[in-house]
Amino acid sequence: MATHQELEPGGHAHPGAKEYVAVAVVLAFLTSIEVAVYYIDYVRPWLAHMLLVLSAAKFFLVAAFFMHLKFDNRLFSSLFVGGLILAISLGISLLALFHNLFV
Amino acid sequence: MEHAVASAHAAEHEHETSTGLDNRKLVMWAFLASDCLFFGSFISTYMIYRGRSPTGPCPHECVLNGVHYEGIFSIPYTSVSAFVLLMSSLTMVLALAAIQRGDHRGLRVWLLATALLGSVFVGGQYFEFTTFYHHGLSLSVNLFGTTFFVLTGFHGAHVTVGIIMLLSLLLTSLLGRLPASDSLTVELTGLYWHFVDVVWIVIFTVVYLLPA
Amino acid sequence: MATTVVHGVPTTAAPPQTRVYRGIWSWVTTVDHKRIGVLYGVTAFAFFLIGGVEALLIRTQLAVPGNRLIHPETYNQLFTMHGTTMIFLVVMPLSVAFFNIVVPLQIGARDVAFPRLNALSYWIFVTGGIFLNAGWLLGASPNAGWFSYANLTERAYNPGPNQDFWTLGLLVLGTASMAGAFNFIVTIVNMRAPGMSLMRMPVFTWMTFVTSFLIIFAFPIITVALIQLLFDRHFGTNFFNAAAGIDGDTLLWQHLFWLFGHPEVYILILPAMGIVSEILPVFARKPLFGYAVVVYSGIAIAFVSFGVWAHHMFTTGLGPVANAVFLTTTMAVAVPTGVKIFNWIATLWGGSLRFSVPMMYAIAFVSMFTIGGLSGVSHAVVPSDFQQQDSYYIVAHFHYVLFGGAIMGLFGGIYYWWPKVTGRLLDEKIGALQFWVMLIGFNLAFGPMHFLGMNGMPRRIFTYPEGMGWDLWNMVATIGAYLMGFGVLLLIHNAAVSLRRGQPASGDPWDGRTLEWAIPSPPPVYNFATIPVVHGRDAWWLMKHPHRSEREGTTDTDRVDVQLGGRHLGVVETPDDPSRESPAAYEDAHHLGIHLPDGSWFPVITAFGLTFFAAGLIFGWWLTGLGALMMIFGIYAWCYEPING
Repeated sequence: MATHQELEPGGHAHPGAKEYVAVAVVLAFLTSIEVAVYYIDYVRPWLAHMLLVLSAAKFFLVAAFFMHLKFDNRLFSSLFVGGLILAISLGISLLALFHNLFV
Repeated sequence: MEHAVASAHAAEHEHETSTGLDNRKLVMWAFLASDCLFFGSFISTYMIYRGRSPTGPCPHECVLNGVHYEGIFSIPYTSVSAFVLLMSSLTMVLALAAIQRGDHRGLRVWLLATALLGSVFVGGQYFEFTTFYHHGLSLSVNLFGTTFFVLTGFHGAHVTVGIIMLLSLLLTSLLGRLPASDSLTVELTGLYWHFVDVVWIVIFTVVYLLPA
Repeated sequence: MATTVVHGVPTTAAPPQTRVYRGIWSWVTTVDHKRIGVLYGVTAFAFFLIGGVEALLIRTQLAVPGNRLIHPETYNQLFTMHGTTMIFLVVMPLSVAFFNIVVPLQIGARDVAFPRLNALSYWIFVTGGIFLNAGWLLGASPNAGWFSYANLTERAYNPGPNQDFWTLGLLVLGTASMAGAFNFIVTIVNMRAPGMSLMRMPVFTWMTFVTSFLIIFAFPIITVALIQLLFDRHFGTNFFNAAAGIDGDTLLWQHLFWLFGHPEVYILILPAMGIVSEILPVFARKPLFGYAVVVYSGIAIAFVSFGVWAHHMFTTGLGPVANAVFLTTTMAVAVPTGVKIFNWIATLWGGSLRFSVPMMYAIAFVSMFTIGGLSGVSHAVVPSDFQQQDSYYIVAHFHYVLFGGAIMGLFGGIYYWWPKVTGRLLDEKIGALQFWVMLIGFNLAFGPMHFLGMNGMPRRIFTYPEGMGWDLWNMVATIGAYLMGFGVLLLIHNAAVSLRRGQPASGDPWDGRTLEWAIPSPPPVYNFATIPVVHGRDAWWLMKHPHRSEREGTTDTDRVDVQLGGRHLGVVETPDDPSRESPAAYEDAHHLGIHLPDGSWFPVITAFGLTFFAAGLIFGWWLTGLGALMMIFGIYAWCYEPING
């Protein structure tokens, strides 16, 4: 049968080992920032916001590069992001209903 | 009567899809999208009950009804295990890159590395849970124990299933039955693995790091 | 016009199937979507009879005040199982039966994307459904209502295995629904015939698509709620434990349940709406009015359905802000629903109407569902709902939408697609009688419940005293229920007569519009000898009347550009009407070069394994262990099984 196609419609060249290692280094760096910020009393009022931003960045990097979404057909991203947005919206609504929504 | 042969290859290539995308990859992404709702519900439950336990133990240092509790989390410890899981995503994607260029030995090495790192993570969780238990945190002692153990427990179960899948792939490859043309199988296992990692990114932040 | 024929060019002869099963084993191991659909339909109908008997027992108990026919504990089990059965074991599987039989045919495919996964869904449905009902044998069926509110369901208040049957049963059944939904999403996205863009798909296929997304996003939520309840009952957790010193919130259950539960009711109704959208145009001899609007409305309903759940909780003290928000969203979801009603009416308007039995059911859907929708909108008004909640007014509402809507629509589907599946027609006279008996019985049973509710009769009471003013309408409702039962018997009779000596049906007995009518009845195992090329909506109608097309741009030209996977492949001539090909064209798959997958044992083994795994919590851990081994074996053997297809 047809040989395996690495490129799907809408996809183009993907990263190699070097790029993956670079992403992993960034992820490790972001994680260390998260932990450092946890211990810095000075930024405590902003801790939640900073952590959310940092973890969102990590989430994006894994999804876009390791899971290849940046280079794949946009249908996959739509599917996944759709589920993600629904989950986040319902979560926030529930927190509001239980009066436990902070910020 | 003229017969015009369709230049559409549809009947010949019965495995062509309408979008050109592989069925199995499409179903894996649909599954991961739905799994967001699964973990989202457990995380929401954790968040709803956050700070609502009338008695300890507490995740971070707290005072409840005049009783002082030390925080039960060890952030340094959990940071290391979070790092381990992140690195396992790297080894996973290196395994995929290996099979895509026909490097079977590389595939096996990186698959094994991923499974090992995953096992270290699960082992670390097990150790962490038993430590918490000895400090008085159980499923039934309060809402924190309930929501924490069930959320992280189901995440750990997902990781364990992933490790079994990785080892199964490794075995299949060692038996010579995982050709380069079937790299999609490794890719799909990788997608599952990265998703489990991404859920941990959320849990680590929301459960461990977010201040009281 | 030159007659042109599209050929598929078989490359080499297909290898013969290596695993061929005969007789009953061919049904046990089948991966053919048409057979799986029939299995779903028959099994769902069997559960329909069980649920119906439960209903008749309820109505008999309530026929007169102060009745002592049924013990109150048994009564609780009856209404719980009636609801649970009808929702999860009847309406959903009947819809899935049609997804299976019809969707691949409508999109011009030979099967679904994952045939063995399809079989797995069915077998989990069977084993899970039997397990869910196994409580009857122990006199310990689920007893806390189909929605099982915490903390009545906690061990402290419900120590027997009743609620474990419910929790575990639904966990098992949920996996079947999800597996099926994944299958249909991929099938519809990826296996459409060339030329069939999404906006050229039949509306029933569209509704299947939307419903599948609802399933994959809503079921994980109830899965979590069920796990939490299970853990509370057996592992000492406190998710819904409101005891002092723990302070859990029982309302968490209600939120999680209804976050699933409201999308669930749209899962129940959208397929039937799809069926109605198929039937009305065919029997009005007019295209569906506002196809695009109907499709977009279905999508809008699905979206908004995730935002209305707390309208089931108006009386729990959420506060005025929350109440107002959900009042608004609930009103909003009625809008696209109403739009569809108007589109259906407009479809009939000016049409050349044939009142065959499918048409009767479709029209009954439109009218009965509208009544149910109106009472639904009255629930959206919060102060009004304060009166209606937990009364028989609610019972009236949901039976109008679920029976008057979903069941009527599904019965219409039975009459409509029966000839395609069986090759025989159902009798029109028996069918018409059956229809009227059902419709009259239904309205007698549930119409008066509006009055009972307004007069203060609460739900879920096993009896009521004399002198409340409820006696007359309860008696009327019971008579109506028995009439409905008679109507169901007439349907069984019609089916039996048809199978024995019904009039043979051609491939296209209704002069249909969609591709399932382009092939013989019953269809050959491979569906289409040549995959059709689609030129527009109502693809079959276009093929029959190429010069009378009302669709986009294909009136004069017989040529269409074919795109596949985003690549332009070339230009194709209009094919001949495939159903006029010679019978020789419908030889067996082997000679046509068509690959068909073999049957497989592993779906059924895995399904039994899963149910045993769950059931072990009640019957003993040895069963869980056995189930786990069967599942592991089934899954691994499945992964390594050669498919040959």
